[in-house]
Amino acid sequence: MELFSAQNISKHFSGHTALNKVNISIPEGSIFGLLGPNGAGKTTFIRIINQIIAPDEGKLFYQGRELKPNDIYNIGYLPEERGLYKKMTVGEQAMYLSQLKGLSKQDAHKRLMFWFEKFEIKEWWNKKVEELSKGMQQKVQFLVTIIHEPKLLIFDEPFSGFDPINAGMLRDEILAQKDKGATVIFSTHNMASVEELCDHIALIDDAKVVLDGPVREIKKKYKTNTFEVSFNNYHGELASILPSAFNVTKEWQDHELRIATIQIPLDTLPNQLISAFLPHATIHSFAELIPSMNDIFIRVVTEKKPETIHQQ
Amino acid sequence: MHKIILIIKREYLTRVRKKSFLVMTILGPLLMAAIVIVPIYLATKGNELKTVAVIDQTGIFYEKFKNTDNIKFHYLLTDISSAKSDFRKSGDYALLFIPKTEVSIPTNAILYAESNVSINVKSYIRNVMTKQVEDLKLEAKLKDLQTDKKNPIDVQDILRSVKAVVDINTIKITDEGKEEKSYTEISMVLGTFSGILIYFFIFMFGAQVMRGVIEEKTNRIIEVIISSVKPFELMMGKIIGVGLVGLTQFLLWVVLTFGIVTVVTSTFNVKGQNKHTAEQSIVQNAAKYNPDNLPLTDSTSVNKGQEEGVNQVFEALNSVNFPVMIGAFIFFFLFGYLMYGALFAAIGGAVDSEADTQQFMLPITVPLILSIVMMQYFIQDPAGQVTFWFSIFPLTSPVAMMIRIPFGVPYWQVMLSMGLLILTFLGTTWMAAKIYRTGILMYGKKISYKELWKWLRY
Repeated sequence: MELFSAQNISKHFSGHTALNKVNISIPEGSIFGLLGPNGAGKTTFIRIINQIIAPDEGKLFYQGRELKPNDIYNIGYLPEERGLYKKMTVGEQAMYLSQLKGLSKQDAHKRLMFWFEKFEIKEWWNKKVEELSKGMQQKVQFLVTIIHEPKLLIFDEPFSGFDPINAGMLRDEILAQKDKGATVIFSTHNMASVEELCDHIALIDDAKVVLDGPVREIKKKYKTNTFEVSFNNYHGELASILPSAFNVTKEWQDHELRIATIQIPLDTLPNQLISAFLPHATIHSFAELIPSMNDIFIRVVTEKKPETIHQQ
Repeated sequence: MHKIILIIKREYLTRVRKKSFLVMTILGPLLMAAIVIVPIYLATKGNELKTVAVIDQTGIFYEKFKNTDNIKFHYLLTDISSAKSDFRKSGDYALLFIPKTEVSIPTNAILYAESNVSINVKSYIRNVMTKQVEDLKLEAKLKDLQTDKKNPIDVQDILRSVKAVVDINTIKITDEGKEEKSYTEISMVLGTFSGILIYFFIFMFGAQVMRGVIEEKTNRIIEVIISSVKPFELMMGKIIGVGLVGLTQFLLWVVLTFGIVTVVTSTFNVKGQNKHTAEQSIVQNAAKYNPDNLPLTDSTSVNKGQEEGVNQVFEALNSVNFPVMIGAFIFFFLFGYLMYGALFAAIGGAVDSEADTQQFMLPITVPLILSIVMMQYFIQDPAGQVTFWFSIFPLTSPVAMMIRIPFGVPYWQVMLSMGLLILTFLGTTWMAAKIYRTGILMYGKKISYKELWKWLRY
């Protein structure tokens, strides 16, 4: 089930193409990572979803029908460039932004009270925003993003500016929103958080989607059948005990253990690698090396080979 | 619609609650009250001695103008044309000419002077003349009564019938020896005042719109907001909200100024009024018991002349059609502001900081400043060609038309000017919306006119 999809979205600005026939489909209830190097067109795409700018070509669908202006009430957006009115009090500001999201005054107040209590910032209600620390402001921005309980949440670099404790809190809250049934689009450069949170990703590079699909499958596709073995009691050349098709990519000494990463042919089972070791060495650990999103990102972007899994 | 009201409310409340708004609200009326009160005060205050030459063709006022502490009169027997040509050499402050008229009792005079004649001098002359005319009328009336003793004496009727209005026209003799009818002071003051005020309001509140937009950009809150409202709604909400602040300020000023002026000057006024009624009652009482001795009060005191000066300012103020003035002001302020406000919003949207606004401010401020620079000209020639075009051209009409209105402007011209202003407001708003929409999401880019032109055609 997809909550949102974009079909053939193109956007040109004077002199350059920001998006070139982009197709993206976001499954309901997923945390969808929107990745890509700087200037790839992520922010333009997010602005198009939020109907801040209109695409030159293409169509957007929300729950199977075309996106309507009123759908902004179903979307919560935390932009990368975010801020608050410095001279307004926190409470007034939160009320204002919540009401702009379509909440009634009473509703907004009730919900804000709940969140302010939860985030332990209640005593800041009457303080001016300029008196708040940056992390505190981020909390306020985050909670007004989710206050109207939208079905689709869009976070553009949500963790920038958060200390580890608050970042953890934010991560838990994003996951909690997912559990409540929200779908999350998550744009970031932070691959660790992608690894941790996302179940789907799309990688945009140079205005095009170059990689797209569930994280698990992408990783499967990019795995190289490389294993890491740590062992001792063998001091000779590894190549002499391994079949010639096996390739030692790296080798180093960690105190009394020798560690090696070895790539084996795709049709070979890891058992064969273990059996090659068994007569000569004592194995202490054995693990498959799954490519990190970071590796995949770098590989895809530097190789610039459009590869797509799951093209709808 | 619901959201634009939320925006207007926020823009309005955050500004009205500021300390600076409160300060301006108090200072403004004090300043305006001072503008009204100071001339009155100066009018009553004695200053340097002025000599007035008098040519009285009627002979009625001979020796009637008594010298006061600061006005000296001397009578000329020459004819008016030579007196006028000698006037500049004579060193006299003014030349009073009372022409012979067909009716036996003259009721008008011409006052020639190099500059505008002070209210003090004018009102003293008016007083003396009025008094003399009333005395003459009363004498004639009494003669009638003596010959016709049958009718009962109706004192009220007598007082009414002798009441006289003396008209004094002031004519300026310029350096070139030319004569120029001097403008009515009150129209001039009002025109200048409302012209400057509207200029000031448009600038002040237009700049506030611009600063507000820049603030939203530098705060980086703009994108948060336009994800829930359309950029146009945000822009209009801001312009309208700030405009309402301006309107509130203006109305508070009007109310407070009237309040202060009334309170401060009621002391002057009450004193004058009391004396007047007291004198009248003496006359009335005397008339009741001693009808043959009616002309009891002779020439008016200098004191009374001064009070009359004050009252005259009030009379002049009362003669102004304030509802029309305030109505026109509100219209021209509102639409002038809306027109310029949209342009200011566009500039705010296009730049990153106030320092970058210079190049775009210039074309907007030039027409406004030009209309202030030309103000003196408009006042001297309120119905002239140039003034007409300035008051029709929308970018200058708010200031120019407000200067003209106290002098009286034909309806069709006002309507034309208003219509063009509304059309231009719609045009600038449309234009500004396009620039604003693109500009607010642009950071760190120096914007050129070429760029703006591109945005307009998106």
